[in-house]
Amino acid sequence: MTLTTEAPGATPAEAPSAIPSFQVTMRLRRFNPESDTEPRWENHTLTMHGTDRVLDALHKIKWEIDGSLTFRRSCAHGICGSDAMRINGRNRLACKTLLKDLPLKKPITVEPIKGLAVQKDLVVDMEPFYAAYKSIMPFLITTGNDPSRERRQSPADRERFDDTTKCILCAACTTSCPVYWSDGQYFGPQAIVGAHRFIFDSRDEGAEQRLEILNDREGVWRCRTTFNCTDACPRGIEVTKAIQEVKQALLFRRV
Amino acid sequence: MQTHQYDVVIVGAGGAGMRAALEAGQRARTAVITKLYPTRSHTGAAQGGMCAALANVEEDNWEWHTFDTVKGGDFLVDQDAAEIMAKEAIDAVLDLEKMGLPFNRTPEGTIDQRRFGGHTRNHGEAAVRRACYSADRTGHMILQTLYQQCLKNDVEFFSEFYVLDILTNDVEGERRTAGVVAYDLASGEIHIFRAKSVVFATGGAGKVYKTTSNAHTLTGDGMAIAYRRGIPLEDMEFFQFHPTGLAGLGILLSEAARGEGAILRNSEGERFMERYAPTLKDLAPRDVVARAMANEVREGRGAGPNKDYVLLDLTHLEPAHIDAKLPDITEFARTYLGIEPYTEPVPVYPTAHYAMGGIPTNVETEVLADNERVLPGMFAAGEVACVSVHGANRLGTNSLLDINVFGRRAGIAAAAFAAKAPWVDLPESPEADTVEMLETLRDRQDGERIADLRRALQETMDANAQVFRSEATLKQALSDIHALRERYSRASVQDKGKRFNTDLLEGLELGFLLDLAEVIVVGALERKESRGGHFREDYQNRDDVNYMRHTMAYRTSNEDGSTGVRLDYKPVVVTRYQPMERKF
Repeated sequence: MTLTTEAPGATPAEAPSAIPSFQVTMRLRRFNPESDTEPRWENHTLTMHGTDRVLDALHKIKWEIDGSLTFRRSCAHGICGSDAMRINGRNRLACKTLLKDLPLKKPITVEPIKGLAVQKDLVVDMEPFYAAYKSIMPFLITTGNDPSRERRQSPADRERFDDTTKCILCAACTTSCPVYWSDGQYFGPQAIVGAHRFIFDSRDEGAEQRLEILNDREGVWRCRTTFNCTDACPRGIEVTKAIQEVKQALLFRRV
Repeated sequence: MQTHQYDVVIVGAGGAGMRAALEAGQRARTAVITKLYPTRSHTGAAQGGMCAALANVEEDNWEWHTFDTVKGGDFLVDQDAAEIMAKEAIDAVLDLEKMGLPFNRTPEGTIDQRRFGGHTRNHGEAAVRRACYSADRTGHMILQTLYQQCLKNDVEFFSEFYVLDILTNDVEGERRTAGVVAYDLASGEIHIFRAKSVVFATGGAGKVYKTTSNAHTLTGDGMAIAYRRGIPLEDMEFFQFHPTGLAGLGILLSEAARGEGAILRNSEGERFMERYAPTLKDLAPRDVVARAMANEVREGRGAGPNKDYVLLDLTHLEPAHIDAKLPDITEFARTYLGIEPYTEPVPVYPTAHYAMGGIPTNVETEVLADNERVLPGMFAAGEVACVSVHGANRLGTNSLLDINVFGRRAGIAAAAFAAKAPWVDLPESPEADTVEMLETLRDRQDGERIADLRRALQETMDANAQVFRSEATLKQALSDIHALRERYSRASVQDKGKRFNTDLLEGLELGFLLDLAEVIVVGALERKESRGGHFREDYQNRDDVNYMRHTMAYRTSNEDGSTGVRLDYKPVVVTRYQPMERKF
């Protein structure tokens, strides 16, 4: 199916500088569990503008052409982590990927992230992902009584784990990992990032427990350092580096 | 249909809902029902900070914070509530730190603090460093930390369950809370949640407007559901337009930018806030700054090819300082506008940001059925509620504070109520109204598209009920809303399926938005004065004689099946501070 319509609302007059419009073909992976037995591809050709993102193109299709197109989204500016998708074969957030930054001569492919069961169109089952996160005890663990004021932490100690606090649980890293695709037991990069955030927090006293969990057969040692996760992270977290630091912590403490 | 039973049901899993869950979960059997996965909630988009008079970096106290909140809110704030919030702020911040929140630190290792709009030393003398923060992602850290604590405490979530109705029943002539009705988005199935206490923490309604910092999912569901069930809505005409949305997009750029030294300039390069607020300048409260920006544009001093925005200038700040304190918002400018904030000023314009009004509560977060009575078992906290700590204009950072202070209070109060209250019987066919609403919309063939109606609503609200309002523009908005409501009654969705029917979801959301838009506009029409975020071109001064009172809007049903809005009023609680002229 190929349809062409004008872009809504986004007239050039509203844009901060003159922005050209262009034609783009969106090639979407669709699957409706109530009517399809197999996923299928569907194309839509649209007129879009220079500040438009992949999410704008999906909304244009949903709002003007086919209301049944289904995807998750909320904040639409890269903070809530709802709209991780596989765009031109790479995991990204649809709301943070500008159309003009993609090659527009070819269709832009949009598929659900891999490794989690597809529920409908671009919506996948997030429960295994959240369960992996929970399993690494992603919360501050302390002993003794709480102090009456804040715990002290130097700026340098605070900086030590800053990178991994940025995680928005979008699953782009985990579902870009070839080990995760092939091994249903592996925690995946995000869970290790989540553990890193606490292991390297000077206030936390639960590192040993977490490292024990991560030292498991299905833990950090499954990582093959392919860097897919680092490339996929929309928050710019150095995911592979964080995983390496967790591996070193395991070796250092145990050897 | 499935039926569940919990002592406490919390609706919404942003900051207020999860803070409530942490308290209620320790004391009573608790479930959290949320339209989104908890970590998707819009608390995560808050950037700049959370104010508390910790006095870690300079002299400060909670009384100054209370005064700023009252004055910032243009004296429509209930002063007893503001005092509670400012006092409890200190423990609220310390509690978050103890939960693990990674605040930025001073060289001594204490929580660092920075300046924010309207927060001052000694009753307006100068800006004070009161905002506790974590770079420009304080809301993200709060949301993550509260979610992590919920995991630690095994809080039970029903994610992607959409609450569509409140259940009540009469007990000896008194109306009491019995539970809620929810729609499971994944399966399309209806679930009844029977509960002794229900806490609404569903957030805001920014999608009433076209240009907004709010998420697509912020459609005022909780407010509209309560309103449809006879609960009044308070002060809905007061909507905050945040000064610095990315021009044309509405994406939020934190006030923290100005707190760290950024300056607003017009097309002539002038620091125009010096004319509007000589003392606080760029750090005046948001209503003052937003109006000044809109006025600069209106008077022809806007920047850009269409002269329709002003500029946020960070170019005099050190790049290293920007990277350390404002990394996310500068990335937004790069990603979405291709602007490099180190060297180029960023185009900005006011964006619909926050509903000061909402479901009225007392300071114990109990929902008011009218000026005299509460609805037993019903609680609300956060943006959905109006306690009222924000009055006519919320100060920056006070929303993150509100959700923590009153979210906590709601969790405690809801559990305490459940501990002593008897179970209320479910009404007969509790699901019937919800099922009818869903099926009517899903099964209607060949109607107009939801998206077209929503766009028309948002456009009329932007054009007629935004920073500047007048009788003429508000009447235009009201007539547009009525026409859209009529068209909505004949609209249809294309997705007729049961599973993950987000088309249907958007249709229901539009129904809520239309109801709320009407309440906002009717309240704005009747308030013939200018106060805080509500500015009337035809009544440009505050009128304390006639309008220093809260608006209470009730839904009315007419004999022909149509509905309307009836306005009543509630006095403002004044304790320490008499209204004064507001100069910054």
